[in-house]
Amino acid sequence: MELTGAEIVLRCLQEEGVEHVFGYPGGAVLFIYDEFFKQDKVKHILTRHEQGAVHAADGYSRSTKKVGVALVTSGPGATNAVTGIATAYMDSIPMVIISGQVPTPAIGQDAFQEVDTVGITRPCVKHNFLVKDVKDIAPTIKMAFYLASTGRPGPVLVDIPKDITQHKTEFVYPESVSLRSYNPVTKGHPGQIRRAIQLILEAKRPMVYAGGGVTLSNAAEELAEFVRLMGFPCTNTLMGLGGYPATDNQFLGMLGMHGTYEANMAMQECDVLIAIGARFDDRVIGNPDHFFSSSRKIIHIDIDPSSISKRVKVDVPIVGNVKDVLQEMLKALNSSREHVDSAALDAWWKQIEEWRSRDCLKYDRKSALIKPQMVVEKLFEVTGGDAFVTSDVGQHQMWAAQFYKFDKPRRWINSGGLGTMGFGLPAAMGVQIANPGAKVACVTGEGSIQMCIQELSTCKQYHLPIKVIALNNRYLGMVRQWQEFFHGNRYSESYMDALPDFVKLAEAYGHIGMRIEKPEDVEGALKEAFSLQDRFVFMDFVTDQTENVFPMVPGGKGLNEMILV
Amino acid sequence: MRHIISLLMENEAGALSRVSGLFSARGYNIESLSVAPTEDPSLSRMTIVTSGSDDVIEQIIKQLNKLIEVIKVIDLNDGEHIEREMMLVKVKAGEAEREEAKRMADIFRGRIIDVSDQSYTIELTGTVAKLDAFLAAIDRNWILETVRTGASGIGRGDRMLRI
Repeated sequence: MELTGAEIVLRCLQEEGVEHVFGYPGGAVLFIYDEFFKQDKVKHILTRHEQGAVHAADGYSRSTKKVGVALVTSGPGATNAVTGIATAYMDSIPMVIISGQVPTPAIGQDAFQEVDTVGITRPCVKHNFLVKDVKDIAPTIKMAFYLASTGRPGPVLVDIPKDITQHKTEFVYPESVSLRSYNPVTKGHPGQIRRAIQLILEAKRPMVYAGGGVTLSNAAEELAEFVRLMGFPCTNTLMGLGGYPATDNQFLGMLGMHGTYEANMAMQECDVLIAIGARFDDRVIGNPDHFFSSSRKIIHIDIDPSSISKRVKVDVPIVGNVKDVLQEMLKALNSSREHVDSAALDAWWKQIEEWRSRDCLKYDRKSALIKPQMVVEKLFEVTGGDAFVTSDVGQHQMWAAQFYKFDKPRRWINSGGLGTMGFGLPAAMGVQIANPGAKVACVTGEGSIQMCIQELSTCKQYHLPIKVIALNNRYLGMVRQWQEFFHGNRYSESYMDALPDFVKLAEAYGHIGMRIEKPEDVEGALKEAFSLQDRFVFMDFVTDQTENVFPMVPGGKGLNEMILV
Repeated sequence: MRHIISLLMENEAGALSRVSGLFSARGYNIESLSVAPTEDPSLSRMTIVTSGSDDVIEQIIKQLNKLIEVIKVIDLNDGEHIEREMMLVKVKAGEAEREEAKRMADIFRGRIIDVSDQSYTIELTGTVAKLDAFLAAIDRNWILETVRTGASGIGRGDRMLRI
């Protein structure tokens, strides 16, 4: 039987096992929406903005390992989705975005709601397609899911003109995909693995530096086994948090611009660095020249060859899936008759403990004002460390990363690469929909939350009991911090004037709002909010305006040139 | 250093813009780029002349390989290779220039492929340097119009780029 293109789109989603699609209707996708109406296998979540839809699909994916799916219309629907697509691209999140396009005869005619979606999204997708024939819909969607989820994952966009969704053809969903131009590797090169093992066993001051690749390849267990077997110190990037248990003593905390003193010093002073699914970006190692002021051997495991030797030259590159490579390394290490120099390792740990005793994350716990760090610490306690925490971008994001101890992967959901304000709330929606019954907190600021505030309405419609933890300091805090440090205290446009009453705002959307102004009320308020298991609660914490994020590696400096409290 | 990169990719709409977009997005140089289908119409062969340090060239090749439609990439500078570019030059060929223009075309083994009262169109093939040399050798005021294909390259002997 022949099906219309729109029917085929839905059948493809069903074949892929998609349960939720986040989207927003419009002219070019009307036939597809009509098919949503006629079935109940794939549930559609209506957001209030296309950016929210894509972030929600992104949060859904990050918290589950599944491919996130978003559906938007042509023109402004597609351009509104771009920020979300770029966010997913920078963090290598597997997603499929289906966008409507004007009918094929209208393409290039400056038609109503026409934009060159494939052209606009080309630099921020793993791949994209414009479907020009109804027969191509099924193979293209199959390919999109395959590309999004294999190799280094990423968003893939499928642009479908409206007339194509009306045309009819036989529906056949391809069993498999084979591409002569795309064959991602999995296993690492055995010779390179041997060289890596040799370096690891000879190390006197080893350091494990693990990033988001560990989470993406579901290799947290292998990483923990490796780190424990060797007795090495381990740090995680912002994207990698939860990849190694944060409450474990071998964990030195996050590294980088706002990383801990011990993690950054160990990165700088180690003699063998094992980089796993991480990419030495500017927020992680600062200035590469300063990083190389100390010499060390570097082993780099990554699935993407272009991530290797991009910013720093490495000694032993291993291209492969992190999970496979770690398994191969563990096999070799477990059967090795050689052992690490334990006296050297003890001395190295002694040095690390000395750095750790610097207590670089200390803050004034007796303050009469609410310290934002304290809110996150209390959030960790109240949720038993078991919440999914999304965040926006800025100071609150760094405090959440520093003070919430993530013991499991896929619990910390943030826009690391693109740094997208407005990500936190819609991402939390995706997380909550994927994990009904789980505790989901969105740590945000009064600046970021206003960038996708309209999604409060979506939360009401779908009864999402998210807890918004707004650290409200009446400043675009990170901008203000840089202005204080590097721009002579000239707080240009970083003061947030005319803020809404967030309690009333939450109430207007049908939620519960709370305003917390005193440190002694923080814990009780959090307990109360989390006891409201079926309600969305907006918690407006009025925090110390002058608090800064420490430690800090100023731009252009090295990891050993931190500003400390 | 100047490098000549050769690649095979799927002959599909938009494939060229992925390559050119990659170069502009990452700030890589393109001196010339030429592309056409091969004997297998499903494949396009592209030759890109670029320049950069060894690290930059390594990244360019990795980034090109990452494009889904790119099948194979080689740096022709890694071995013996031949490169050729074709140029059509329209030069003044009035009474005063006619003899000399013909002589210059002969010296550079060019062919005159179109003639009018006032002009010759000369076809020249050779390395980029040879074409540059021709333009430098004739009187600048004589040149009415030039069009160049950009370099094409191929490995010597058994060195081949095939799938």
